[in-house]
Amino acid sequence: MSIVNLRNMEINQTGIVSSVNVSGELGRRIRDMGLTKGVAIAIQGRAPLFDPIAIRLRGFTLSLRNNEADFIKVEVKDQEIN
Amino acid sequence: MAQTSVALGGNPNSGKTTFFNALTGARQHVGNYPGVTVEKKEGFLSYKGTDIHLVDLPGTYSLTAYSQDEIVARDYLTDTKPQAIINIVDAANLERNLYFTVQLLELGIPVCISLNMIDAAKKRGMSIDDKKLSRLLGAPVIPTIARSGKGKQAVIEEVLALVGNSQNNEKFKISYGDDIDRALIDMEKIISDNQFLTEEYPIRWVGIKYLENDSQIITKGNQFNTAISDHLLEIGNQLTKHLNVTLDTYPEALIADYRYGFINAILKQDIISRVHDENKLLLSDKIDKVVTNRLFGPLIMMAVIYGLYHFTFTYSEIPVGWVGGFFEWISNFTSSHLNDGLLKSLIVSGVINGVGGVLGFVPLIMFMFFGISLIEDSGYLARVAYMLDRVFSIFGLHGNSVMAFIVSGGIAGGCAVPGVMASRTLKSPREKLATILTVPFMNCGAKLPVMALLVGAFFGKNEALMMLIITLIAWTGALLTAKLLRMTIISGPSTPFVMELPPYRLPTLKGLFIHTWERTWQYIKKAGTVILGISIVLWSLMTFPGLPDSTLAQFDAERQAIRSEVSVNITDELKKADQDNTIELSTAALLVKKALTKVDLKEAGIALKNSFAGKIGTSMEPVSKLAGFDWKTNIALVGGFAAKEIVISTLGTAYSLGEVDPDDASSLGDKLKSAPGWSPLVALSLILFTIFYAPCFVTVVAISKETGTWKWGAFSMVFNTTLAFTISLLVYQIGSFFGLLAG
Repeated sequence: MSIVNLRNMEINQTGIVSSVNVSGELGRRIRDMGLTKGVAIAIQGRAPLFDPIAIRLRGFTLSLRNNEADFIKVEVKDQEIN
Repeated sequence: MAQTSVALGGNPNSGKTTFFNALTGARQHVGNYPGVTVEKKEGFLSYKGTDIHLVDLPGTYSLTAYSQDEIVARDYLTDTKPQAIINIVDAANLERNLYFTVQLLELGIPVCISLNMIDAAKKRGMSIDDKKLSRLLGAPVIPTIARSGKGKQAVIEEVLALVGNSQNNEKFKISYGDDIDRALIDMEKIISDNQFLTEEYPIRWVGIKYLENDSQIITKGNQFNTAISDHLLEIGNQLTKHLNVTLDTYPEALIADYRYGFINAILKQDIISRVHDENKLLLSDKIDKVVTNRLFGPLIMMAVIYGLYHFTFTYSEIPVGWVGGFFEWISNFTSSHLNDGLLKSLIVSGVINGVGGVLGFVPLIMFMFFGISLIEDSGYLARVAYMLDRVFSIFGLHGNSVMAFIVSGGIAGGCAVPGVMASRTLKSPREKLATILTVPFMNCGAKLPVMALLVGAFFGKNEALMMLIITLIAWTGALLTAKLLRMTIISGPSTPFVMELPPYRLPTLKGLFIHTWERTWQYIKKAGTVILGISIVLWSLMTFPGLPDSTLAQFDAERQAIRSEVSVNITDELKKADQDNTIELSTAALLVKKALTKVDLKEAGIALKNSFAGKIGTSMEPVSKLAGFDWKTNIALVGGFAAKEIVISTLGTAYSLGEVDPDDASSLGDKLKSAPGWSPLVALSLILFTIFYAPCFVTVVAISKETGTWKWGAFSMVFNTTLAFTISLLVYQIGSFFGLLAG
């Protein structure tokens, strides 16, 4: 297991949110949409210009900008190193 | 009997508005919440002798103090204290929807949960134990299908039952863990001992808001009693320090975690049984794979945007023609039944043209809102924002800004009035304002004939290329100005994008029609009176003070001289032709008519120069000359404030050509080409000025209404004109210096 930045996750990769380190309006919005510590997420896709990112959690799809995803750390399974 | 007041709340995309429409039908009314531009929808219904007043709260995910929608929803609940809340919950998306429910329950107002779109949830292989959910939440839960109205009676019955036995209401309370709960107990004691804000809010709720650092409640608390407010803040600070050290988190985050924890604990008790995996790819996701694909996504988006544009401006042509024809008919009818003079001029040019101008936009606005509602309600608009946000966020705008730009003339030929109104789909205040202020730079349909005239006359060979360049200049100017505004007067961090991509849904026709009609009616009602007033003012500017009697007598004498030289036959023929314009005149009569018209035109030209508008134009000449404009152009630009296409007809009058048909401006083009003081450089300068200067006053009114203050309407006039003049001045001066485009 390792901790990565949400921005750096690949499409279809899954993981568990380990921290959401932002307060104020952005932090509140992120948490209100259910992106809280311990929630399981999967990367659903990226916009044609690679930003924003679309993720699947709690049974719905959420999109957020890359610079907003930066505040979110996700625990993922280690990838096989070739 | 008194009315029962009920509020309707829930997440966006939960089917809330559809449910509202199902309950109230046509008995609804749209207004604004006091002091803000958030729409307030109210409706009425009677059920078994009880009258219910229903308010549709703005759709929100939470009840924070960060967005106007949320503050409005919250204030309505705490200030007006409805007797019950109907909470619309998307059954297929229960977890996140219940997050809002929990916040409603904490407010202590009786809540009836409508488990909506239960059919869609079933299709996804989910079944929900509503009875158990109801027991665990301590609130009635009714499965509903808003689209068909299924379950709406059961909801109303539950609501009336809730209103009937209010003492039955158990206090709803979530545990936020030992640390927070302990702090809350201390805070609750202080709050209740001092009756601190308890008139409006529940005790525990005030404590929670202090821990969440809620700006609105803390401000209110400070006004109520600074000492107690400080005390509560101090408890919050202590807790924050403690949580920071022990758990590396802060109260606000922990509260959200516990709310979701509470919901999970309930849902885990076999509330939902699924046939499929929760995150199984649904039809909607499959559509997204194509629609937001790197290659097909932008192509499909261009097609949809172009389709919206085509729909708005091409299909509305027929009703626009009806409205235009109707007003032309009234105008002709009035003209032929009134004697020449000021009253006739006021009624025809001021009132009828003014009202016609307002109503002429109505078909456009209806088509635009219908198209946008369709795109919005189907869920596609969220994808547009998703795909374009990267581009627009560079300029401090939002992905959704694109709609407003396109409708305003991003594809040449739109209209800024519906464009400004299209910005309603933007929920982020700063991005919305920057969008509203820059969309008028787009080349609307009324600017196009002006451009076509100037390009045709001075850049004839490269017409198509020039028109493309003009469109690109408008886009560049608008985006750069947006950036400038977002860095200066509308500065501030970008509003978080964090947005749901809702599942695709087929919108209901009823919903689309209600939506379209509401917004159109609002436009007619709000803009109508103001625009009529301004139209009369503009008419006065171009009409008064009129010519002195001696000059009028001179023109009369000239006409008399022409008439006296012709035979009685021809005079009769002309008279007949005046009443019936189908009569074809003989060659001799035509010649006389031409001579008479020439005198009329000369008179109109001199009268225009003598009018207030003419005086403004003449007095500005020393300044405007720096950008290459003579007084005649100035008057035309003043006239263009009424409507941009008037630039052409006013130029026509100023050059004594009379009313020039915007579609056939070739004669004016030739005239300008040969007129002294004109050159391709002047034409370019004027083209640039026309793109950027003050929007027409209908747009100014729309801007003021949409931003909620006249300040921004006034700003757009002053700022845009200054910007336009600066650009034209630079181009003209630099061009003159290097002798470019001298013709």
